[in-house]
Amino acid sequence: MKKTVFLGALAVTGLAAGAAAAGTLDDVKARGKLNCGVTTGLAGFAAPDANGVWEGFDVGVCRAVAAAIFGDPTAVEFIPTTGKTRFTALASGEVDMLARNTTWTFTRDVDLKFEFVGINYYDGQGFMVPKSLGVSSAKELDGATVCIQTGTTTELNLADFFRSNNMSYEPVPIETNAEAQQQFLAGACDVYTTDASGLAATRATFENPGDYVILPEIISKEPLGPLVRHGDNAWGDLVRWTLNALIAAEELGITSANIDELRKGTNNPEINRILGTEGNLGEMLGLSADWAYNAIKAGGNYGELFEKNIGENTPIGLQRGLNAQWKDGGLIYAPPFR
Amino acid sequence: MTALTDPPKESFRLSMLIYDTRYRSMTIQVVALMGFMLLFAWIISNTLQNLSALGKPVDFGFLFEPAGYDINQRLIEYNSQDTHLRAAFVGLLNTLLVAALGCALATILGVIIGVLRLSHNWIVARLMTVYIEAFRNVPVLLWIVLVMAIMIETMPAPREFRGENPTASMLFGDSVAITNRGVYIPEPLFSRSLGDISVFGAFDISLDLIAFLVALFGGIYASKLVKRRADRIQAATGERPTTWHIRLGLVVIPPVAVLIALGFYLGYPELKGFNFKGGIHMRNSLIALWLALSLYTAAFIAEAVRAGILAISKGQTEAAYALGLSRSQTMNLVILPQAARVIIPPLISQYLNLTKNSSLAIAVGYMDITGTLGGITMNQTGRELESILLLMAIYLSISLSISAVMNWYNKRVKLVER
Ligand SMILES: N[C@@H](CCC(=O)N[C@@H](CS)C(=O)NCC(=O)O)C(=O)O
Repeated sequence: MKKTVFLGALAVTGLAAGAAAAGTLDDVKARGKLNCGVTTGLAGFAAPDANGVWEGFDVGVCRAVAAAIFGDPTAVEFIPTTGKTRFTALASGEVDMLARNTTWTFTRDVDLKFEFVGINYYDGQGFMVPKSLGVSSAKELDGATVCIQTGTTTELNLADFFRSNNMSYEPVPIETNAEAQQQFLAGACDVYTTDASGLAATRATFENPGDYVILPEIISKEPLGPLVRHGDNAWGDLVRWTLNALIAAEELGITSANIDELRKGTNNPEINRILGTEGNLGEMLGLSADWAYNAIKAGGNYGELFEKNIGENTPIGLQRGLNAQWKDGGLIYAPPFR
Repeated sequence: MTALTDPPKESFRLSMLIYDTRYRSMTIQVVALMGFMLLFAWIISNTLQNLSALGKPVDFGFLFEPAGYDINQRLIEYNSQDTHLRAAFVGLLNTLLVAALGCALATILGVIIGVLRLSHNWIVARLMTVYIEAFRNVPVLLWIVLVMAIMIETMPAPREFRGENPTASMLFGDSVAITNRGVYIPEPLFSRSLGDISVFGAFDISLDLIAFLVALFGGIYASKLVKRRADRIQAATGERPTTWHIRLGLVVIPPVAVLIALGFYLGYPELKGFNFKGGIHMRNSLIALWLALSLYTAAFIAEAVRAGILAISKGQTEAAYALGLSRSQTMNLVILPQAARVIIPPLISQYLNLTKNSSLAIAVGYMDITGTLGGITMNQTGRELESILLLMAIYLSISLSISAVMNWYNKRVKLVER
């Protein structure tokens, strides 16, 4: 009799512990900063600068979310994660969100129970080789030694690609981009494969980027986006609409330069709703009315973030391509703010 | 004989459990055990509750799904369409391989270094001390990473072996290639191979290897019989027949005959395309892990060996010298056999340490069981708890098996006290 009561109590405490996982926004507010999982260092996407301040395209998303919550884009703790550790870090609550070149896949969504809140970069897997190898197509890579980061979609795509083309290869599993770079430059592997954006970013940091070519084949779809845990929809909404605000801002012409002007009031109701001068969208998210204003002001709109960190005028030099606004023939598209 | 009547039986009262010293300690132990079990039950139930709250109930079904990833070092047939279970097995074999290689090398190095540390040559003894202190006091992970970095940065890439004026060349008459992807050595091949047999339909074992081992061990056994016969004759007549040539022949001839019958030849590595083809490829991840673990563990084994030798009383050495044995004879025939009894127990724990430390393999991308089951599988399926539980069970079984074997050996060499 006593035993059943005791076990019942145990069950209740167990449940209570589970339920406490919800309410991420309250936790973040109580903590006073956002814990954002990023890469261990990928130039242009997320890397600390000379002063140890994190910057990059993915970092921009973290800062926008922090600004939406606290009005302060620096209220973020950046937590470096590898391809292998990132999901454990998110599932265990060590980070509140991940903004880390992570591909939205069925199993990650349904089986690993993560909620991808959107896509901030449409990518695909590519191959990089030294020019001196004289290889011009991925179909010529039979027998090559390939460096890959473990725990990624990359290694699964790679196995499929070589199998379906009846080629063999020698995989060299590696934990971080930095280690892969070291082995690749030393010639311990012939090929480095990862998302094409990651290849461009990695090559930009080489001493002689011109000695290396990225092969024309793109062997997969890698829609990269920020993600949160399943089970806290309010928190998922907040991150999703912060990203959407950055995208809509570009579409509507809201930039970090003109945002203060626009906030005084415009005759475009959608701009007014985003900037909080009309309606109560911020309140619905549990935030202040100027949440989106702060998020956009933090690092600029989606296009500004792109140009500043990875665009054509940076060493990484990525074109907008698929990542142009839908109006310009790309796939970047935000649902309406109403 | 005196007839004793039993003292009158006291009736048992519940309070005696606490106040009677005969029962008290038992009571305390039972209560503590129950408390411990409750705590354990709570941890388990809490974990299960939280996992199902997360929507991830414990389920080992993922082991039978296709793994989807490739593994470079495979001791058995494996491709990316095989199951996670098989991938785990490939990893397990890799763990056992590096553990076995590591234990063997560490023992050899450890014994040599341990003996040399007691050398009368001041420089040699000091050098060994430096070695032991350097390896014992730096974490093994750093040694592993250091060896790997040296391999990658200083050895030539395969493409440097190519062209008119290659900057690197193969060693030992073009039979060994040392590259920054590992070392390629010749492999044994058979022109009249017996083929493989399939074990449980799960993996193949080479019949050639089995035939060779049977011949080798058969020869060793036969040679033992000859030795025993010689012992008997010596005991009976006082004269020992010369047997060394028979015994040598018994050990050498059968395996050589098998090799010739099977058409043994060596396959040499050759540069083809991106990489060397043919031969045995010892990947630099294996070499880095193997060397670093062996060098590290050898330092500990050397200390155990030294302790074992010092434990043998000096009188033994003096007695051996008095009998006219040379220094090395004294060491090999008198000291080491006795010291072995002291050395083996700590040696067991060093073997266990080496095996467990091999899980640092992931630092250099060696695909051991931690890299497959506890690495890629865990990461791709999100089954953290299940994978870790399995891993713990596996390491536990490996460790217990090593202990069992070594304890059995220890019993055999132990001094039989009379
Ligand atoms: N998109 C793939 C690959 C992600 C990935 O590994 N990205 C690399 C380069 S594109 C990275 O972020 N490396 C940084 C690091 O090592 O921390 C996935 O989600 O599995």
